[in-house]
Amino acid sequence: MSVSAPGLRLRACAPARPGLAARMRRAGHHLRARPGRAVAFVLGTVWLVVVLAPIYFMVLSSLRNEGTYITANPWVPTGGLTFSEYSTVFHAGLGTYFVNSVIVTGSSVVLTLTLSLAMSFRVIRRTSRFAGWSLRLVIFGLAIPIQALIVPLYVIILKLGIYDTLLALILTLSASAIPVAVLIMLSFIRDIPRELIDAMAVDGAGEWRIFGRLIVPLSRPVLATLGIYTGLNVWNNFLIPLVLTQSNGTAVLPLGLYKFQGEYGIDVPAIMAAVLLSVIPLVVLYVAMRRQFVRGLSGVGLR
Amino acid sequence: MADFVGFAPTMVLYGGLILLPIGLAVALSFYSWNGIGKMRYVGGANWAQFFHDPIAGHSLEVTGVLVLASWLVQTPLSMALGMFVAGRQRYRAVYAAFYLLPLLLSTAGIALMWQSLLDPNFGGIAWLGEHLGMPFLHQNWLGGNSTALWTIVFLIAWQFVPFHTLLYQMGRKQIPDVLYEAAALDGITPWQQFLHITLPQLRYTIVVSSTLIVVGSLTYFDIIYILTVGGPGYTTRVLSLDMYLEAFTNLSFGYASVLAVVLGVIGIAVALVLVRITGFSSMESQREGMA
Repeated sequence: MSVSAPGLRLRACAPARPGLAARMRRAGHHLRARPGRAVAFVLGTVWLVVVLAPIYFMVLSSLRNEGTYITANPWVPTGGLTFSEYSTVFHAGLGTYFVNSVIVTGSSVVLTLTLSLAMSFRVIRRTSRFAGWSLRLVIFGLAIPIQALIVPLYVIILKLGIYDTLLALILTLSASAIPVAVLIMLSFIRDIPRELIDAMAVDGAGEWRIFGRLIVPLSRPVLATLGIYTGLNVWNNFLIPLVLTQSNGTAVLPLGLYKFQGEYGIDVPAIMAAVLLSVIPLVVLYVAMRRQFVRGLSGVGLR
Repeated sequence: MADFVGFAPTMVLYGGLILLPIGLAVALSFYSWNGIGKMRYVGGANWAQFFHDPIAGHSLEVTGVLVLASWLVQTPLSMALGMFVAGRQRYRAVYAAFYLLPLLLSTAGIALMWQSLLDPNFGGIAWLGEHLGMPFLHQNWLGGNSTALWTIVFLIAWQFVPFHTLLYQMGRKQIPDVLYEAAALDGITPWQQFLHITLPQLRYTIVVSSTLIVVGSLTYFDIIYILTVGGPGYTTRVLSLDMYLEAFTNLSFGYASVLAVVLGVIGIAVALVLVRITGFSSMESQREGMA
């Protein structure tokens, strides 16, 4: 990772040396005609094509059927388009996967947010050593890759008798979301002025009242960001459902798509239709609340 | 008491499903178990097997290549794109909105989309190669010994560059304009400006983004499992996949736990090292040079 010497930076900010007028003219010149802008436009557009072309291909393919997919030009919307594959996959069980995904994502988000908010509140109001130790253990979890835990998780879920249930997914995905959630929540909640809390306490409010009337309402923005971040991760998770469920009745969307591929094999239009149907809720969210969505996406990058 | 009510539910869930599995993974690595029958204590036999297992050694190598290549591809690309979309022209904001689209797709969705695109017979890429006179495009990208791993590197980049672009865009927007105005008086070129102002100011973003890329590709699983299952041969068999297959295909849960412990230890070590060498002054460096 390149980190430049501090001296260079200082020089860049130092007052201009003699010949200021000439330098300013040159600076002005840079602002007006930069060949770099044209290059940036071209390269930026190339990446736009790299991003959009596969998605365009997928949309177009989903509007074919098994026959026309093979015969028609895959990049030009001619030669008969149809929505028939959409109803095919919908009737083939995608609806069940969809409902499962909604249940798992919704429950995991609620559970993660509730637990991490309660815990963060106790961290700033802690009265016992138990709190400090718990926090340290949770922060330690940030470094643990969940992939390394799939074997013991499988064993534990089996022993608990909840293998192949949505509950197993909800509990596991929430547990794995907790370290990041606590970290982000804590850094937000620490900024709530301590005087507000103290003032409520002086007025005789108990911990529950302070939590419900002050902390929860004030935390709404971070709850939204964190909710979207956690929700996206859970909605798109593939490995945990792969390890902890097996029947069609408990498959969530990513796993369901994978199963479709096994069942439909060469019926590419059906598979593309299924992928697109599975992404609709996220597209709707993205369009409806882009700002919050973007903040949620970058949740881990923000402090 | 209030502490207990606030912490206990989290600690039960987190302790039972994160902390306990860590201990259990270590313990299981000393047992032989097929997942159904009796567990048998075998001492260090699984570990001895690991050090003589050519497949595990090979998958460690593949994982290393994947991590390095992912960092080398994703970092400059996301940085450049992040600077690009942080620019002032209106059209760049529109581009930025489209750049985020891959983040909406699940990994499974991305894998299936690219599988049809890259299909050597009916895929969109092969079609382009055939009809636009670019024969090199017409090949078995995921099935070729020499192309499979690089194709996977590209697909992972396609999936994650949008996220890192977002990080760099936000990092760039946090740099105070004052720095650039002062530099403009000095008449420096855009390239010098990037080198001496932007890059040092982005230090914190570089640390965060690089850590996520390295740790993420170290444990990468989904796309490889769906598209190649480690093949052709063992060319794309990364460590996390090796572990999964040992456990759930070969039913050697004990040996898979050895691989899990190795994966976990490498993951923790890499995270700690990265934070150590790069993160020490990262917090205060955010506003450095403001004076």
